[in-house]
Amino acid sequence: MRVSRRIFIRDGVATVTLGLAAPSFLSAIAHAQSIPSRSLVVVYLGGGNDSLNTLIPYQDPSYYSRRPTIAVPAGEVLQVGADAAGRALGLHPRLGGLRNIFNEGRLALVQRTGYPNSSRSHFEATDIWSTANPQATTGSGWLGRYLDTLPRPIDALSAWNTAGETPHSLLSGLTGVPAIPNASTYTYASPNRGSAAAEERVAAQMMSANAAPGRPHLAFVNSTNRAAIETLDRVAQATAYTPTVAYPNGGFGLALRTVAGAIVRGIGSKVFWVQTSGFDTHAQQGASAGAYGNLMGALGDGLWAFYSDVRNQGLANDTTVIVFSEFGRRISENGSRGTDHGAAGVMMVLGGMVRGGLHGTSASLAPGHPTLENNSGDVRYETDFRAVYATLLDRWLGANSVPILNGDFRAGAPAIF
Amino acid sequence: MSQLDPSIDHLLRRAAFGASPADVETFRNMSAGSVISYLVDYEGRPDDADARIGRPDHAQVATKDLFSPDTDIDDARQRWLFRMIHTRRPLQEKMALFWHNHFATAYSKLAGDSGAVQATKMLAQKPGVLRGPQGQIELFRQYALGNYRNLLLQVARDPAMIVWLDGKTNTRTKPQENFGREVMELFTVGVGNYTESDVYAAARVFTGWNLRRSTEYRSDDPNAYQEFVFNAEEHDTQEKTFSFPIYSNGSRTIPARSESEGMQDGVDLITALALHPETGRRLARKFWNFFISEIHTPDPGFVENIATVYRQNSTEIAPVIQAVLTSPWFTNTAMRYARYSWPVEFVVRSVKEVGWQGFSLDRARAPLANMGMLLYEPPNVGGWVLGANWFSTGTLLARTNFAATLTASQRAGLTDAVLDQSRTPQALLTAMLEKLTPAPFDQGPQQAMLSYLVAGGSWTGSEAQLNTRVPGLARLLVGSSEYQLV
Repeated sequence: MRVSRRIFIRDGVATVTLGLAAPSFLSAIAHAQSIPSRSLVVVYLGGGNDSLNTLIPYQDPSYYSRRPTIAVPAGEVLQVGADAAGRALGLHPRLGGLRNIFNEGRLALVQRTGYPNSSRSHFEATDIWSTANPQATTGSGWLGRYLDTLPRPIDALSAWNTAGETPHSLLSGLTGVPAIPNASTYTYASPNRGSAAAEERVAAQMMSANAAPGRPHLAFVNSTNRAAIETLDRVAQATAYTPTVAYPNGGFGLALRTVAGAIVRGIGSKVFWVQTSGFDTHAQQGASAGAYGNLMGALGDGLWAFYSDVRNQGLANDTTVIVFSEFGRRISENGSRGTDHGAAGVMMVLGGMVRGGLHGTSASLAPGHPTLENNSGDVRYETDFRAVYATLLDRWLGANSVPILNGDFRAGAPAIF
Repeated sequence: MSQLDPSIDHLLRRAAFGASPADVETFRNMSAGSVISYLVDYEGRPDDADARIGRPDHAQVATKDLFSPDTDIDDARQRWLFRMIHTRRPLQEKMALFWHNHFATAYSKLAGDSGAVQATKMLAQKPGVLRGPQGQIELFRQYALGNYRNLLLQVARDPAMIVWLDGKTNTRTKPQENFGREVMELFTVGVGNYTESDVYAAARVFTGWNLRRSTEYRSDDPNAYQEFVFNAEEHDTQEKTFSFPIYSNGSRTIPARSESEGMQDGVDLITALALHPETGRRLARKFWNFFISEIHTPDPGFVENIATVYRQNSTEIAPVIQAVLTSPWFTNTAMRYARYSWPVEFVVRSVKEVGWQGFSLDRARAPLANMGMLLYEPPNVGGWVLGANWFSTGTLLARTNFAATLTASQRAGLTDAVLDQSRTPQALLTAMLEKLTPAPFDQGPQQAMLSYLVAGGSWTGSEAQLNTRVPGLARLLVGSSEYQLV
């Protein structure tokens, strides 16, 4: 139970007396807080992405011997050069959009990110990436702690979650984040019309303004109700946005399109959360085509559309996207032509200000090699994921990463900006 | 003030899905003890809700052509909601819902593997409607208050679970860890009580637990099915050693066995896991959150009590639930409204309390998805993220907007129900609070509702005023934060 989440209510209640005037007032705050108007879009690949089929060591014979049916043929990978250790690498053939961004020098591929004694449990590992503490699976999330550093009173849309549930990374002590999974139903419905409906909405807003002394769990729901009503109008603005490119169909493309709308309309959100699932590929994952190929296609096409759109709008330099997953997968394929839970994985960072290229080194997949762990079953981490978080906080969001991450992880951080 | 004693209301919100006006009549003169017996000892009452689908005085279902709840997942969703609303055995459906979250299995992966018809059958087929085994939810209904060790065994052989956790490809040469891990992490002892090498050993234990396709039907015949088979030749016959005892003599090693006897490995492991002391405690903590409170951490005394009942009754669940519902923690009035309703609980309770005349349950489908809880589609094997996590702005708007849809559809019934109590706004509000049983309102929200009633002009109680303001008030109540607590 995340009791701490409820604390932010106190803060929010202070603005409640503004009633229906609140949205414009809060927009002014949003505007003031959004200079410079940089935003961070966090993309979570749920289930544990098979990094070795995302960024492929296509000249490593062990890659082919250990993955007899799911290895991507060397001739099909999208080559991106060689890393500092001289290992040739290529992107999955369905990541053509990402290769474009790579070729423009705006996609950083940070290899072998993780932490010591990587958890193989989805839930524990996701919690660790969220808290940014391998020793703690509970407590606030790293993005939540960043939001808590923003000046108060904070705008209700300082962060924007496109998933239905609040991800652990965004949980905080002081800041509630609206969840807008489906912008078209992010509206207020009434059994009545006209003035009766309007009066009902006023009553609902007043009811949700109750601080509910002595009942913090009720106050928490009230604060969520109130944030919903207060954000309705600005969300409608963002979703009315007409993009400059066609986004792929499906939830991921739709979410990115909504994010682009919010960025272009200047809503002022600093952090966006987007997630897409299906990466728990225990069985029949395929190689170039098949289930994993479809996952890569959706990922690459979606990110390419988004990047092109914000670039067309002149906002690429204000936007950074990171892509992560809770773990990589086993090196050897299993009996189901899939892969089981593994360890280190690849993080991606892209945007107009990103220093692209291959960061860190890839693993040699030959059994016994020191870049491996778990009896050579898994890829051993090289870059602590918190070093990447630190760079994003310090150099992109202009925050101080040390208190947010409860430690100094700047050493060893990849030079992605 | 409620129409029932508050302790009975509390019982019915937790161990059932709230009370319809007819339920209020049934339970009006019963003691808490007899209500508990009524809920737990449900075998004596008929399991006949399905036979009442289509009756005009019940909630409605809507479908493309023929209502096919055994082969069409959207129809299966409506049937389950219908059962929750109209069952004479509410605790059975409540526990089936609990097990659905506990053994969370999602339709979409099954449909990708086996097609829509087979996937629906695997999850929802009522026994005997078509050829092949009963669906997973029917298993949960059968074992709702049954023996947990036996339920685990059935789940391990359940076709939906085998597809879901990739058992079909768990072979001797390449053991597949998915089920082996989750049976310990999620279904029994929990993280911290097993090792990574236990996961590997458990995967080997279940090698050969597989499915067989029926041969007598074409694959597109709805009667085609998959059923459990033990492929002895795919079983790893070597011994498997665990970090915890498998046998009552303390031995941690499942002995090497011949192929033909190899299925006993899984029976031994499941029995050991069901009897493991941490399993009883883990279930006790989940029952605490489901029946007692989500805002108070599980009381250690409760956990030990319930784990003991579980062990002493050889993993039978009925005495465990009986003990939960009669425990001092359950009856403690501080625990009332100390739980966040699941979206399905919210929908079913609101339909029971607001009314269902002419209301099609298909209208709850998209709202439930937006609330974050589509039946048969949990987000992953860990189940839904419960408690405060149900509530984000988007999911709460989905709840309040469902309240608008439902109350708009029940305009006449709602107005009729309070006609005699509508002389003043205060009388009307009191009547609606009794009908809808939300958590108590503080002064501020009460005042906001009273202001709403007279916002269009002074109160006359005219038919036009009631027709507008009664559904509007019901919408405010069902959409209120107070109503989301149970």
